[in-house]
Amino acid sequence: MTTIQPNDGDFKNLRSQDRPAEPSADLFVPQPLDSTVREELAAPAPTFWKEAWERLFKNKGAVVSLVLLIILSAMSLIGPSMNEFTYREQHIPHSNLPPKVAGLEWLGFDGKDVNGVDQYTQRGVETNYWFGTDEFGRDLWTRVWKGTQISLFIALVAAFLDLVIGVIYGGISAYYGGRIDNFMQRIIEILTGIPNLIVIILFILILEPGIRSIILAMIITGWVGMARVVRGQMLQLKGQEFVLASRTLGASDSRLMRKHLLPNVMGPIIVTVMFTIPTAIFFEAFLSFIGLGLQAPLASLGVLIEDGYDAIRSFPYKLLIPAVVISLVMICFNLLADGLRDALDPKMRK
Amino acid sequence: MTHELKEQHTTNAGQDDLLVVSDLKKHFRLNRKTVLKAVDGISFSIKKGETLGLVGESGCGKSTVGRTLTRIYEPTDGEVHFDGLKLKGRLDGKTKKRINRDVQMIFQDPYSSLNPRMTVSEIISEGLVIHNPDMSQKDREKRVHELLLLVGLNKNHAGRYPHEFSGGQRQRIGIARALAVEPKFIVADEPIAALDVSIQAQIVNLLKELQEERGLTYLFIAHDLSMVKYISDRIAVMYLGKIVELAGSEALYEKPLHPYTQALLSAIPLPDPEKERTREQIVLTGDVPSPTDIPSGCRFRTRCPFAMDSCAVIDPEFREVEPGHSVACHLYDAEIMAKEGKELKTV
Amino acid sequence: MDNHILEVNNLHVSFKTRNGEVPAVRGVNFSLKKGETLAIVGESGFGKSVTAKSIMQLLPKQNTIIPEGEILYEGKDLLKFSKKEIQNVRGSDISMVFQDPMTSLNPTMKIGKQIMEGLSRHMSLTKKQARERAKEMLELVGIPNTEARLDAYPHQFSGGMRQRVVIAIALACNPKVLIADEPTTALDVTIQAQILRLMRGLQEKMDTAIVLITHDLGVVANMADRVAVMYAGEVVEQGTLDEIFYSPQHPYTLGLLRSMPNLDAPRTEPLIPIPGSPPDPASLGTGCPFAARCPYTMKVCHDHNPDYTAVSGTQAVRCWLQDERTPEEHVPEVIRKGRQTSEIAADQAAIDAAGGVPV
Repeated sequence: MTTIQPNDGDFKNLRSQDRPAEPSADLFVPQPLDSTVREELAAPAPTFWKEAWERLFKNKGAVVSLVLLIILSAMSLIGPSMNEFTYREQHIPHSNLPPKVAGLEWLGFDGKDVNGVDQYTQRGVETNYWFGTDEFGRDLWTRVWKGTQISLFIALVAAFLDLVIGVIYGGISAYYGGRIDNFMQRIIEILTGIPNLIVIILFILILEPGIRSIILAMIITGWVGMARVVRGQMLQLKGQEFVLASRTLGASDSRLMRKHLLPNVMGPIIVTVMFTIPTAIFFEAFLSFIGLGLQAPLASLGVLIEDGYDAIRSFPYKLLIPAVVISLVMICFNLLADGLRDALDPKMRK
Repeated sequence: MTHELKEQHTTNAGQDDLLVVSDLKKHFRLNRKTVLKAVDGISFSIKKGETLGLVGESGCGKSTVGRTLTRIYEPTDGEVHFDGLKLKGRLDGKTKKRINRDVQMIFQDPYSSLNPRMTVSEIISEGLVIHNPDMSQKDREKRVHELLLLVGLNKNHAGRYPHEFSGGQRQRIGIARALAVEPKFIVADEPIAALDVSIQAQIVNLLKELQEERGLTYLFIAHDLSMVKYISDRIAVMYLGKIVELAGSEALYEKPLHPYTQALLSAIPLPDPEKERTREQIVLTGDVPSPTDIPSGCRFRTRCPFAMDSCAVIDPEFREVEPGHSVACHLYDAEIMAKEGKELKTV
Repeated sequence: MDNHILEVNNLHVSFKTRNGEVPAVRGVNFSLKKGETLAIVGESGFGKSVTAKSIMQLLPKQNTIIPEGEILYEGKDLLKFSKKEIQNVRGSDISMVFQDPMTSLNPTMKIGKQIMEGLSRHMSLTKKQARERAKEMLELVGIPNTEARLDAYPHQFSGGMRQRVVIAIALACNPKVLIADEPTTALDVTIQAQILRLMRGLQEKMDTAIVLITHDLGVVANMADRVAVMYAGEVVEQGTLDEIFYSPQHPYTLGLLRSMPNLDAPRTEPLIPIPGSPPDPASLGTGCPFAARCPYTMKVCHDHNPDYTAVSGTQAVRCWLQDERTPEEHVPEVIRKGRQTSEIAADQAAIDAAGGVPV
């Protein structure tokens, strides 16, 4: 320490420009913090789920979709009983009436057909059919909401069964690994190898067409996606040290599954389910559209679209209304699922 | 119960040895052709209350040793005597349960070793739930609070989730979890490798205190040789699935015999500029061979500066060359050195 | 000033997060001379890497704010450079080696091509010349059989070999500054020794200045000429290698050195850890960031952050212990020594200011 030369290059730049006010001299007294304060935590950080909710609610698209879905589901439950008609009651004299709502004439709900003739006054119909009627005079309002109800029901049940089968299958496959995993994965490969449209069509041809056979047909191959997601996630988790720690403590298989593995794959599972639902709705509609779906007089959105398609030129409202509803349902589910994925993805956490 | 078990499996282990491992092997079959020999026949013993350090570079099999001893992996071959129990092949339920209690593990990564969806209290009490299912909720809570205090946290932390804690605090929670079931033997698998320098000493001191208070026995796995030397009574050096040298920690540092140990020690950069400027470093050439394709003879010969013809043919025997100091190297074998026509390395 | 190739003045970097702005770097100052190695030491999350990345402007634009500060490379402020200008600096004048050799190479591109990429961009070499130079670089970093290796893919190399390739890429254009962010942390000790030796050798040959970012004081002792110690986004102390290791003036530096086991010391001597945990950068107050963990905390430390005090011509520290108002008996032995030298330095400065004639 003999050569001390405060050389201008080294320190000229050290002093900060924004030096705070000089502290007073009486502050120079020892005041150590006691050791308990050192281990103090900040205010409780939100739990994973709470934080995920918060993130979801910041996503405008997801929130709007959630609200719309709630409205649509509510309508599917109460809509059919909002007027005196039932979905199957035929009233031939009132066939093919365009939609008419008092007060909403400016929106096109004016009871006029494609030629601009008001069918209600021409045929002397007193009651207003909000969404019009079909060729048998059945009220389309009732049928659309009934159809939404059935479509949602089919989709939810199919998604739920996919979930159950997929989680169990994927979980077992990943957890036990080795030969069991190998065998179970080969089965999945065979199942995905067969075009699923063929499987479904064969299935429906063998069983009687109806809600039950459509659901069965959809889950026969539908669970594969969920099983793969669950297996992939579980394989990753299985090697994590907290799972090993639990194993060194002698935790049973079911405890490991319940406490350590499943809670940590819930996020991806929820997201996958949310993406399965719109796919199922679409698939049901598609089956109905090609004539393999529900049989009259039952209505689903697919059946209504198919009916409307036949009369697209003369009675466009028959196609338009159920098409708008099914589009809304699918877009909302997809947006919500997207929002959930962003909210639950651990990679997004900081 | 313990008494009966002791009678059933009378062991030939020494009086004060808690753990005796003989010829332990763990191989992983990767596919039809390749077998990864992670641990390939190692033997050592650990006395009650002792710390054995296990060092080596990544991929040498040191973590696999720890996981085999805690029975996360089933050993491929070999025998382990633990506290009067003879462990060989598949364990019956009773023995397994005892091992799950008496042998615990502290993990490397404080971020992945705690379940993010469980509270600290749930994490620490897991062992209690498994092993003392009759314990009342209140007693369990009390025990969790005791354990938290023991590792330097406090009871306010019990209801929090892991992501609210820092790395060092998380590692303490991991230690509390291991201690909850009152184990006799703890495998610490690189418990400080992922921590900041200023925190490492906290954890090492805590482990040492706990050992003194509770007479714990440790297997301390690490790649940081300076910390290992500090905490261990004896140190085993592993290379490619085998122990190449085992000695008391002072002896190993003062007089490393195996060329690998010598290189390893000289490769640690010392936090002392003066020493760094003056000392001679042995820098090994090349990389560690793959454990799926282990060289013939001595495993270290491909990187050894002293490799001879015999090294490629004969696998050196792991022998005690002076009391308490064993090494697996031909340089200390009179017979082989005579055959090679070279001078025997003196110990 | 002309001897400083890189100078960082009062650099602040913050990140926008959901919970508001979080400061990562809070006023960092350092400078680098030609051919010297400056080590930036500190623990994870203390802004070492952020500092390095902000020099290269590799931080994501959308959530990074640099409210003040300047980064002078040969006297020009890199922060004011356009995207194009900075791209010309990157790789040719300043280049960077990252921590993880497994992810810092493109797995789908041949090694040779990855080295040549920078060469043809910055040095306008023909393909043939670039290939020649790439071969030379591989030889330089000690990779045998270069001709064949040029056409190999990264997965055919081991970790140590990959880091050699990364260094070859970084040095291919003869950069004046090399920023090495934890270059050996992911490697085993025997490989680390190889890489450190290689970097020292290359530095001598090419006269490159190195900013070495690491948490390993052993690596620092092995490589550095000067050291800057970072804590919570600030450089709390800087000085020459020997000053930092043998006469540390900041309690944090002191604590770091004391908490490391000494290979020569007997095992019975307990380690002295730094109590507590590193602070959360989002909740730092106006005081000294180390106050909560410091054994010498005073009342002043909790609300006032000290400024730099020059302890010698080359060592400076941010600590209230250096203040003359601190009671003598509160200053620990090691630091008192520093105070004396600082007084000498102040005297010396006064003498210089008075025209070099002692009054």
